[in-house]
Amino acid sequence: MRAVRLSVAAAVTAAALTSVTACTAKSDAADGDAIRVTAADSSCETSAGSVPAGQVTLKIENKGSKATEVEILFPDDRIVSEKENIGPGTKYTLTAEVKAGSYEIACRPGMKGHGVRQKLTVTGSGASAARDPRLDKAVAAYRQYAQDQADETLPRVETFVQAVKAGDLDAARKAYAPSRLGWERTEPVAESFGDIDPKVDVRADGLEQGQKWTGWHRLEKALWQDKKIGAEEKALADQLVTDLKDWQKRVGTAEITPTSMANGAKELLDEVATGKVTGEEDRYSHTDLVDFKGNVEGAQKAYELLKPVAAKNDPALTKELDKQFTALDTLLDTYRTDPADKTSYDFVSYDKVGQDRRKELSDAVNALAEPLSRLAAAVVK
Amino acid sequence: MSETTDQRTDETRATARPSRRALIGWGGAGLALGAVAAGGAVAMATGGESQDSGNEAGAVEFHGVHQAGIATPVQDRLHFAAFDVKTDDRAEFVQLLKDWTAAARRMTAGKTVGDGAYGGLAEAPPDDTGEALGLPPARLTLTIGFGPSLFEKFGLRERRPAALVDLPKFPGDNLDAARTGGDLCVQACADDPQVAVHAIRNLARIGFGKVAVRWSQLGFGKTSSTTPGSQTPRNLFGFKDGTRNIAGTETDRLDRHVWVGARDGGAKDAWMTGGSYLVARRIRMNIETWDRTSLQEQEDVFGRDKKEGAPVGKAKEHDEPFLKAMKPTAHVRLAHPDSNGGITILRRGYSFTDGTDGLGRLDAGLFFLAYQRDPRTGFIPLQRKLSAHDALNEYIQHVGSAVFAIPPGVRDANDWWGRTLLSEEA
Repeated sequence: MRAVRLSVAAAVTAAALTSVTACTAKSDAADGDAIRVTAADSSCETSAGSVPAGQVTLKIENKGSKATEVEILFPDDRIVSEKENIGPGTKYTLTAEVKAGSYEIACRPGMKGHGVRQKLTVTGSGASAARDPRLDKAVAAYRQYAQDQADETLPRVETFVQAVKAGDLDAARKAYAPSRLGWERTEPVAESFGDIDPKVDVRADGLEQGQKWTGWHRLEKALWQDKKIGAEEKALADQLVTDLKDWQKRVGTAEITPTSMANGAKELLDEVATGKVTGEEDRYSHTDLVDFKGNVEGAQKAYELLKPVAAKNDPALTKELDKQFTALDTLLDTYRTDPADKTSYDFVSYDKVGQDRRKELSDAVNALAEPLSRLAAAVVK
Repeated sequence: MSETTDQRTDETRATARPSRRALIGWGGAGLALGAVAAGGAVAMATGGESQDSGNEAGAVEFHGVHQAGIATPVQDRLHFAAFDVKTDDRAEFVQLLKDWTAAARRMTAGKTVGDGAYGGLAEAPPDDTGEALGLPPARLTLTIGFGPSLFEKFGLRERRPAALVDLPKFPGDNLDAARTGGDLCVQACADDPQVAVHAIRNLARIGFGKVAVRWSQLGFGKTSSTTPGSQTPRNLFGFKDGTRNIAGTETDRLDRHVWVGARDGGAKDAWMTGGSYLVARRIRMNIETWDRTSLQEQEDVFGRDKKEGAPVGKAKEHDEPFLKAMKPTAHVRLAHPDSNGGITILRRGYSFTDGTDGLGRLDAGLFFLAYQRDPRTGFIPLQRKLSAHDALNEYIQHVGSAVFAIPPGVRDANDWWGRTLLSEEA
């Protein structure tokens, strides 16, 4: 699809070159509504504090001595858009679609800490470009899906947590994987909040220096490796519910766009490729295939919602995606504890899956993820 | 989650849907002009600064009667990959071979794959992975081969050439299934390792869903020369080996020993005319025990002196050896054409070191690549003899193996890898 669009650009090159050269002044004027951001080691200067809603462009220049990161932030520090690793002396143009409201622009020299902030007021009535109503419908349906997953997850987490608090190892182990399904299906949405994922789904290797290990995987280790439930685990179980209620409450407010849905689907496959296929995700319980299934289902949901538009723009792509989703589902079916029961989420323990079969799964994930990486482009076309 | 784009996309998108800024910036010049201007800006950004290396020097011609990468003067580096075919749709497989050919044609000329590594839609990953940007073509050659297992697919069983036999088990073989076989192979040779790796990586990416990498091997140093008169590079044992290799200019020897002739194998195998057969062997060298071996024994094992690579009793590496002066188990004596009824293969192997083996020893050796007109009269009888008698066997072990039919070259811009086997007319 890219070829098609670039060729449009190429076709007008001859005519456009002359006009662009002749109209340098006007071309500069076209940049007039961009905000210049001059980042340095201890300052962050912006050329405007107020812009109309719609496409906002930041022309960033790093005049500092360290690599920096520039972000547009919602009032609650949720990231609207960001560019990491802008080297000293380099420039970058960041654009984002921003609705009316109060925001902050943050420069984070050294790419850490709170950074230097400037207020940004976006005026108007949210004049974002008119979007295909089918895509609006897809976004709304996906938002509902994300909410449903959170709503369905909480009772399952309660079951898990009650078992932990009762000190019932067997019941807790049984409830562990099902409690994660809704989360795994919609993980990119949850991760967009930034602060919830590190509390509930961090693995031992993902901890920062000094970070307290909380969440599912900490309990997983207690249940399968330490094989004991103490006072600390019971407290962590309560904390898990609290943190996931926070997710349930906020998930409906997530910024979701057709692009982020499509990229979220790809990210779910990335999760499978880097965490599940390797057996790293659930290294104590070996329930990786349940998470695997959840990731794929979530990706498929986003895809199915975007498909009407994508199929029109790039029918070859959706044909390939249909084929590869089916192939991966069929392959996963062979790992069901009861092959006849396609509704169950009981899968074989991943430590029983040999290296050659893991490669087969990995090949199937690659086969799906590669075309899935082109879905976003097919949607915005 | 938010919709984020960068400058280029913003302007690219404007070709389809004029951005607000384009309209404002062009002072009411109108929708059409706004769109045109934005498109022009993209063309300037990418057209003014080519992503191609711009350095045709150092490019090896991709098209020809034979595939490049065989008689081509041996490049310094190798990335070799074997693939399993995953699709059972013949048309899809043929399309992959066409896509691969197009990508190979560009990469060997020092160009990026598809629409390049940047400048496209911000929402889509770039076609090219980008790590070869700014690097010269580095004499990159890409050579494709078809393994015996490919002929079990797509109704090709009847087309399997008689010469493409499964290699027998040789004494001492300790083959790892994960480093053995493959439906397809691609040999990437270049003078820059990054250029070779970039080529395999991009072909693998194009292939996802149709093929999957079965195994791959990096080679960091050439051990053979196909350039007449030049010195033979040393292997990791510190010796020159295969000094009588066929030079790329010796067309008569190439025709006799390397290229498949029009009448080889009869009409059924005519699609292989101009092709060749490749045997690939991963030969682990027991570096540490070799290094503790006395110089005398090392020289006896090879049948050469270490300094010059000269055969026993001779002064220079290319001097004609007197085989009877060597020990009966000396490598040169056993492998020499005169001991094997004239058997000659074109060697194109590379030294490899894949780190260490977990026991504190180098995981190193020779990735042996040999091209020949027919393995049944080439590698197989030679290896049968070597595996039974060669004094080197104490220091080496064959741990990976594969054999491939190497189809003839891609003739021109409309031709593609494997056409003579797979086209409807073929």
